[in-house]
Amino acid sequence: MATITVNKDSVWNGGQEPMKASYGKLMMWFFLLSDAFTFSALLITYGTIRFMNPAYTGPREEFTFSPNYWPIPEKVYEAIPFFHGVSAPLVFVGIMTFILILSSVTMVLAVEAGHRMSQKEVEKWMLWTIVGGIAFLACQAWEWSHFIHGTDEGTVMNDGTVFYGANLIKNQYGPPPFANLFFFITGFHGTHVLSGVILNIIIFYNVVMGVYERRGHYEMVEKVGLYWHFVDLVWVFVFTCFYLL
Amino acid sequence: MAHTEQAQHQGGGMKNPAVRRLVTVTIYLSLLTSLEFVIAFLQPPGILKNLEFGILTIFKAFYIVGEFMHLKHEVKSLIWSIVIPLAFIVWFIVALLAEGGSH
Repeated sequence: MATITVNKDSVWNGGQEPMKASYGKLMMWFFLLSDAFTFSALLITYGTIRFMNPAYTGPREEFTFSPNYWPIPEKVYEAIPFFHGVSAPLVFVGIMTFILILSSVTMVLAVEAGHRMSQKEVEKWMLWTIVGGIAFLACQAWEWSHFIHGTDEGTVMNDGTVFYGANLIKNQYGPPPFANLFFFITGFHGTHVLSGVILNIIIFYNVVMGVYERRGHYEMVEKVGLYWHFVDLVWVFVFTCFYLL
Repeated sequence: MAHTEQAQHQGGGMKNPAVRRLVTVTIYLSLLTSLEFVIAFLQPPGILKNLEFGILTIFKAFYIVGEFMHLKHEVKSLIWSIVIPLAFIVWFIVALLAEGGSH
């Protein structure tokens, strides 16, 4: 019988991971890249429409809402729960930002604990990440509800009627696209957070059941971790576009 | 793996260099966000202000992608296959600025 000598180290024999990353992790990266294109298209649309509309030019203290110009963000987002009528510009979105950054940190700690094969610690940090995600979604629900119901005073629209809050056709804060973009982009991001929380819960369940302990590695935690950090990353950009510019 | 054993020995506390690094990055991110708030309230609106927000956002993105998503520590080919396609986004922004009549 002829012996065939095969070089076991050849990359053509399979079993070698390109770029030293597993298939699942690599595909998660490319999915996130495509998702980054979707979000940048949305945010660039926001920027384009925002600067197509006239900006408010008067002094900041005398600012009032009007459908004729784009509002100053800190005048729109200045409410906080339980303190009705108190003006606290950007405080609530600041809290939301910190919640999401902290849940990203707990996710990294879960991944780090996974490298050490410490099941108990992965459980703990995954659970904190899920709590952070749910807290963020709750904040966003409140933010949307306040945005939809509007302020006590409302705004006198161009037809002379007073309008409160916002819907997809008109809103008290500024030109109609302002509310449309708010709903669409923060909603799209919120949907990502929601699916992230669901994925985290599934992985948390598997961690608790010892699936990854038996498998010998916690790479699934790394993969959902990548997704979760991406959601945080998108929020950093949404935050800049909506609340700062 | 030696690395894993070493890390196992160190545990999850502040003595573990990986955890210490994460805490440092968290502090950086918090400081950058606080700085954004300071600028938002103290500086009058203008192109310079927007530019500052843009730069701070890029810095935050760099820390999140590089450290939290661990991209900085992956192999070169993986880093570039993620970063190079992002040039399309730059092209998109430039194209819309050039085509848009508002500027």
